[in-house]
Amino acid sequence: MTNLDIVLLICLVAAAVLTVMTARLLRSAIALALTSAVLTMLMFRMDAPLAGVFELSVCAGLIPAILISTIGLTRRLTPETLEVRRKELLRRFWYLPLIIIVVAIAMTHVSIPMDFPPPPPPAAIGAREVLWNLRHVDLIGQIVILLAGAFGVAVLVKEIKDGT
Amino acid sequence: MLPLFILSPLAALLLLNLPIHRPTQKLAWWVTLLLSAAQAVAAVVVPVSFWGHPSGLERFMTMGLVTDNLSRVLLLSVGLVTAVALLVGRETILIPRRRSGFVNLVLLTLIGMNGTVLLDDLFSMYVFIEITSVSSFVLVAMNRDPDALEGAFKYVILSAVASILMIGAVALLLLVSGSTEFATISAVLRKTSQGFLPKIAMGAFVCGLFIKGGLVPFHGWLPAAYSAAPPAVSVLLAGVATKASGIYALIRLTTSVFAQDHSLNNVLLVVGAVSVIVGAVAALTQTDMKRMLAYSSISQVGYIALGLGCGSELGIAGAIFHLFNHAIFKSLLFVNSAAVERRAGTTDMNRMGGLGSRMPVTNVTSVIATLSTAGIPPLSGFWSKLIIVLALWRGGHFTYAGIAVLLSVVTLAYLLGMQRKVFFGKTSPEWQGIQEAETGLTLSALVLAIIIVAVGVLLPLVLNTFLLPIRGIL
Repeated sequence: MTNLDIVLLICLVAAAVLTVMTARLLRSAIALALTSAVLTMLMFRMDAPLAGVFELSVCAGLIPAILISTIGLTRRLTPETLEVRRKELLRRFWYLPLIIIVVAIAMTHVSIPMDFPPPPPPAAIGAREVLWNLRHVDLIGQIVILLAGAFGVAVLVKEIKDGT
Repeated sequence: MLPLFILSPLAALLLLNLPIHRPTQKLAWWVTLLLSAAQAVAAVVVPVSFWGHPSGLERFMTMGLVTDNLSRVLLLSVGLVTAVALLVGRETILIPRRRSGFVNLVLLTLIGMNGTVLLDDLFSMYVFIEITSVSSFVLVAMNRDPDALEGAFKYVILSAVASILMIGAVALLLLVSGSTEFATISAVLRKTSQGFLPKIAMGAFVCGLFIKGGLVPFHGWLPAAYSAAPPAVSVLLAGVATKASGIYALIRLTTSVFAQDHSLNNVLLVVGAVSVIVGAVAALTQTDMKRMLAYSSISQVGYIALGLGCGSELGIAGAIFHLFNHAIFKSLLFVNSAAVERRAGTTDMNRMGGLGSRMPVTNVTSVIATLSTAGIPPLSGFWSKLIIVLALWRGGHFTYAGIAVLLSVVTLAYLLGMQRKVFFGKTSPEWQGIQEAETGLTLSALVLAIIIVAVGVLLPLVLNTFLLPIRGIL
């Protein structure tokens, strides 16, 4: 593990903490996109370019886009309520970053026994082959999950916006 | 033929949401009903050997779907209960736009459940479990009242924990075996199942499925979600949605992937027994009809885990049979609670009484479901519980067999208590004007009640057609 990996991991944790700690939904969605972008870099560095491309396109691109469009359908909080929320979040979850730091330090001292024979190295298969021949059903599954999200927004949020 | 189980609802969903508004909205309910009913009929009529035949779609895509008699039982349950949920939804979801949203989400849930049932790849199965879960969150929250939102929120949070556990386990198993296919993982685990990472992976995935299936102590979300959801959604969730994504996946994995690890059987026995006890005792103390049925569901799922924990062919057959029976009798009880809620406007059992004379069909079908749930012969629930108790006894698990029998009596006690409070006795003046529920509700109740009686009476046929061939998976 290089210094760059460690920096990326710290950025990843910071972005993830910001995602759950911020009181504004919009900032939370942007922080989520940032988390995914950092994760993408880590995936590229770990020789998983295919996973990285997916992470970047779906998790850093499409999902935040859906979230932000959903947030666009909601009502904006007043500055007073926002302040109350921010204080409440800090009061309830102030220990969260501490826990993450303690767990991270503890994990560096734990050695996980790798007591199994190494699996055969994966065959050199192109991205096209993986997507269109090997993992076809997963692609359909991902599309259906996105559809479920879109229909969920339509049922839960759009109805309120329309006043029905 | 198998891709049709996923692609037909998907095509219907896309076609029915084309911008041509009015005619498609009217059609949507009928098309979805037809699809789910056709699935149920196909599961009974079409032999498993035929389903492997190419449908022409294979030229364009490889989906890697497989089927056996276990999937067949689930496809039947999913088709039946989805059709019933649609019938209930038609009578209970009165705002057209909301009903349209309900139908779309039911189609999505159907895709998720069918995928979960037909896939033999751990990652793909996880993806389809998530489809079922995401659609279910929205379905629970659909009415947007505080209880529904709270129920959905609990479901989302605990389900997210389950998802993290499951996807983490998939990653570890991929690391160990180099694949996510059931057969490859199973072959590798046969050699390395005692290793640290395989154990962690197995434990994490099973815990995730316990949460999805609502087994104790991972059941926190279930009573809130089932009781706060709209009636049609309660039927779908309690009947099949959580069973396909949690319990079916558990059965499939313990028989196909983790079969070599017998320590898992002990975990299943303990979790099953605790679920049976906690669910039944909690149900005894409830005053809300739907909440009581939710706890009863936890208890019955415990029986399935007990059967599975036996590890024997008989126990697993009993677990699968009880999974099917539970789908039918619990759906029926939730249909009855929907009927009562529609007419009385409440599910508080302390406020009711004597509704039986006003709602005879609901009353009689509720008695049938009650007796079947409690395991009274010759109804279907009796046989599945008998098989599970026999399997426990033969396996030398006498204490667990005793718990199973004893808690059946407790089941009878709380369900008869519900019958007494809601249906029996003299009708109070408040409910004098009540009439039988709408046709959709009574028709659903009658169909499910007939299935309970028929499966019980025609047990030899069910045994030969569905249960004995299940041994092929072991």
